[in-house]
Amino acid sequence: MENIKIAIRDFNLHFGSKHVLKNINIEFPANKIVALIGPSGCGKSTLLRSLNRMHDLSPDARLEGDILLEDLPLLHPRTDVVAIRRKVGMVFQRPNPFPKSIYENVAFGLRLTGTHTEADIRTRVESCLQQSYIWEETKDELQKSALQLSGGQQQRLCIARAIAVEPEVILLDEPCSALDPISTAKIEDLLLELKNRYTIVIVTHNMQQAQRVADFTAFMYLGEVIEYGPTDQIFNQPQQMLTRNYVEGHFG
Amino acid sequence: MTKQQFTKIVGIQLLLLCTLLTLSFLGIILFDLFSKGYSALSWDFLSTAPRKGMTQGGILPAIAGTALVTLVATLFALPFGVACAIYLNEYAQDHWFTRLLRASIRNLAGVPSIIYGLFGLALFVEALHIGASILASGLTLALLTLPYIITTTEEALRNVPNAYREAALALGATKWESIKTVVLPGAMPGILTGTILALSRAAGETAPILFTGVAFYTRYLPGSLLDEFMALPYHLYILSTQHQSLEQVRPLAYATAVVLLGMVLLLNLSAIILRIRYRNLWKTSK
Ligand SMILES: Nc1ncnc2c1ncn2[C@@H]1O[C@H](COP(=O)(O)OP(=O)(O)OP(=O)(O)O)[C@@H](O)[C@H]1O
Ligand SMILES: [Mg+2]
Repeated sequence: MENIKIAIRDFNLHFGSKHVLKNINIEFPANKIVALIGPSGCGKSTLLRSLNRMHDLSPDARLEGDILLEDLPLLHPRTDVVAIRRKVGMVFQRPNPFPKSIYENVAFGLRLTGTHTEADIRTRVESCLQQSYIWEETKDELQKSALQLSGGQQQRLCIARAIAVEPEVILLDEPCSALDPISTAKIEDLLLELKNRYTIVIVTHNMQQAQRVADFTAFMYLGEVIEYGPTDQIFNQPQQMLTRNYVEGHFG
Repeated sequence: MTKQQFTKIVGIQLLLLCTLLTLSFLGIILFDLFSKGYSALSWDFLSTAPRKGMTQGGILPAIAGTALVTLVATLFALPFGVACAIYLNEYAQDHWFTRLLRASIRNLAGVPSIIYGLFGLALFVEALHIGASILASGLTLALLTLPYIITTTEEALRNVPNAYREAALALGATKWESIKTVVLPGAMPGILTGTILALSRAAGETAPILFTGVAFYTRYLPGSLLDEFMALPYHLYILSTQHQSLEQVRPLAYATAVVLLGMVLLLNLSAIILRIRYRNLWKTSK
């Protein structure tokens, strides 16, 4: 595989006594979209949330092994978690804009560092809203509460908010599961556009979605990566029986 | 009509009756106070000091005193209570010590107010040499309201969806930044509502100020926080039981009660308004 952005080596994760991720070895290439698929409870979200250290919030999570973002060891205790999260952005399953204005939502990450002038923030907000294809709909009402937007608009706003801090990687956990087909199509277009600049990892239950957007797909089952390869191969010539059964819809 | 329908209707009527009965107590109290105090109520009553051995004049020093101690109590209780609740809800992990802390706070809320009064006397007035004053009384009232403020603030913090905390952290906020910029603003209406309700209770308390600073009579408005002060609940107590010509000052006592109730209701009303706006804020979020 070409340019590797994230490399996961011998990675294991336990919640208390529960072994949730088992011996994960997988690499995500730069400027590509990787889809994580698999039945409910197999550990997709858990793997995704390991990549920006979201498990720091759960005291009973134990992570072992290595995750490298280029040269940066993400799991190393001395690696600054704030720096990691600025490089690895995240979009959640349910749109979760802050109860603030559209403008302030996108400006949020920029204001944290305190190094941007207001004029700087203004141009960045505008450019991020444009990149997320939501500028046309919102440019006249940037001061309106983000909570008044539709679900699909809120999710695109959350993507704009995530790219405002200029991450290198964007993680998306079932970003379209709460959206209608039209909003979903818009987000998929957006992802295809964004992969030129970012590395994208997306969890999805939607087989068509994975085939539409992903360059590579990993099939997970009971905490293990069963099969990983080009999306086309996973869906059309899977090497494993389990993968075949899953993508053909025999279980899930 | 079947027997079932009959019992159901009777049951509902009974519940309604109980509700009306409870409401009528409030109605009777309000009507009684207002009708008997009405004659004494006037702008002068609100804006002048008592005169002629409190048989004439107004209650301005008592209004000012009550407002001031309540303000002092807020200034101390609010930051402390919020800080404590933030620690408990956002930072402390769930183990025996935090459970013990929570249980103690709940128990503090049940301590009779006279105990707070004696404690305030011992600690603020004597040990800390503040003397009987607005400051000592305000601090005592702050202690009294602290457990309520902590409990309601904790609840308001708990009501902020975790999705907001995660969203802030995922954007590179530190834990404290996420609390400061997202969690606290989200919880603020709930915190303020709880605080106002706690203070409206404190404003009407007599026991905590009794030994810590309230005065029988002051002719002037307090000049500093170290002065003694008059307060509405205590003034009411004096007028209704301690005055030498009780009959003569009866209307004044009723009018004082109306003013005290008015202040408390005003506080509660602002809490209700806040709560309604607060509900709307979250309603639009999915
Ligand atoms: N904080 C936690 N504490 C304990 N167990 C957890 C925690 N989070 C997840 N798990 C467990 O880890 C396993 C994997 O969960 P995860 O959410 O990663 O699954 P998933 O593949 O994302 O499922 P879904 O498709 O339903 O979202 C599940 O068995 C779940 O119960
Ligand atoms: Mg999941």
